[in-house]
Amino acid sequence: MRELQEQRKTRNALGQAVIKAAKSMYNMLPILGGVILLISLVNAWVPKTLYTSIFSKNPLLDVFIGDVLGSILAGNPITSYILGGELLAQGVTLLAVTAFIVAWVTVGIIQLPAEALILGKRFAITRIIISFGFTIIIAIITVLILGIII
Amino acid sequence: MIKKKTGPKKQEKKKQGKGGWYFLLIIIALYIILMIINPGKTLLSFKFFFSLLIKIIPTLAFIILLMGFINYFIPPKKLKEWLSHGTGTKAWIIAITAGIISSGPIYLWYPLLNDLQKKGVRNGLIATFLYNRAVKIPLLPMIIMYFGLAYTIVLTIVMIIFSVFNGLVVEKIIAKKSNGVKP
Repeated sequence: MRELQEQRKTRNALGQAVIKAAKSMYNMLPILGGVILLISLVNAWVPKTLYTSIFSKNPLLDVFIGDVLGSILAGNPITSYILGGELLAQGVTLLAVTAFIVAWVTVGIIQLPAEALILGKRFAITRIIISFGFTIIIAIITVLILGIII
Repeated sequence: MIKKKTGPKKQEKKKQGKGGWYFLLIIIALYIILMIINPGKTLLSFKFFFSLLIKIIPTLAFIILLMGFINYFIPPKKLKEWLSHGTGTKAWIIAITAGIISSGPIYLWYPLLNDLQKKGVRNGLIATFLYNRAVKIPLLPMIIMYFGLAYTIVLTIVMIIFSVFNGLVVEKIIAKKSNGVKP
């Protein structure tokens, strides 16, 4: 009887945790919906040649451009994966896309004011600069390793 | 009638929630305008939108389940305990694990990290924790869907390894600039 009660408690607590996660995802829905609608619009309206004009096909320059773009954009990482996937589909190199998604989640210049205020200006600026630099290294290493194993 | 006071955190959340809806409304308004200008291209956009939605929904549902399980088995309270009591190699492992497992917006974690900073936790560990917030286990299915399993595994491992270098370099630079005095 006690075991049944314990099992019921666990199931309820787990259910509550999933509901909480669903609620936080629900709060993101308008942004996600807006982003997907925007991507769809860009896909139909923007000529594919524009992507190739932003990204130069020079690998080192492209990885830098991806790093900069990812650093200044903000939002849930899911958005960066969706955008990155679409950039890849439009012919942008994996190197640039990797730099983009890594910078999005590790650099995040938008967070700088809050981080500087709470954790200290020196810490926040140093961390963001180092993360920006490491993004390029991570992108290069990831693509190199994939080139070897695949 | 007594009005419920909303604290600054709840007000910030409300603002963000409204911001999302305003963003969506702007995009919908854009669609309406473009529908008038060029219905053909706009309908193509809708078609692409629905195909993308069908691709993403199952993954989002799986992500919600995964998030729920992780929050149940490793609640934020436990994470905070781990971060406060680690030394040596164990501390780095805790910083990495805690960063990966931590959930919610990053600004919610800043006060705790500030508190740990004041209590003498190394800046390198804090930087490593923040870096590993980029590795989100519940979101891995989404990366796998777009980029493949091999890419996801390689990128995740490389990021975790570099999170430690990130922490060490940040710590060294801050220490150098302040001549050994912590900021």
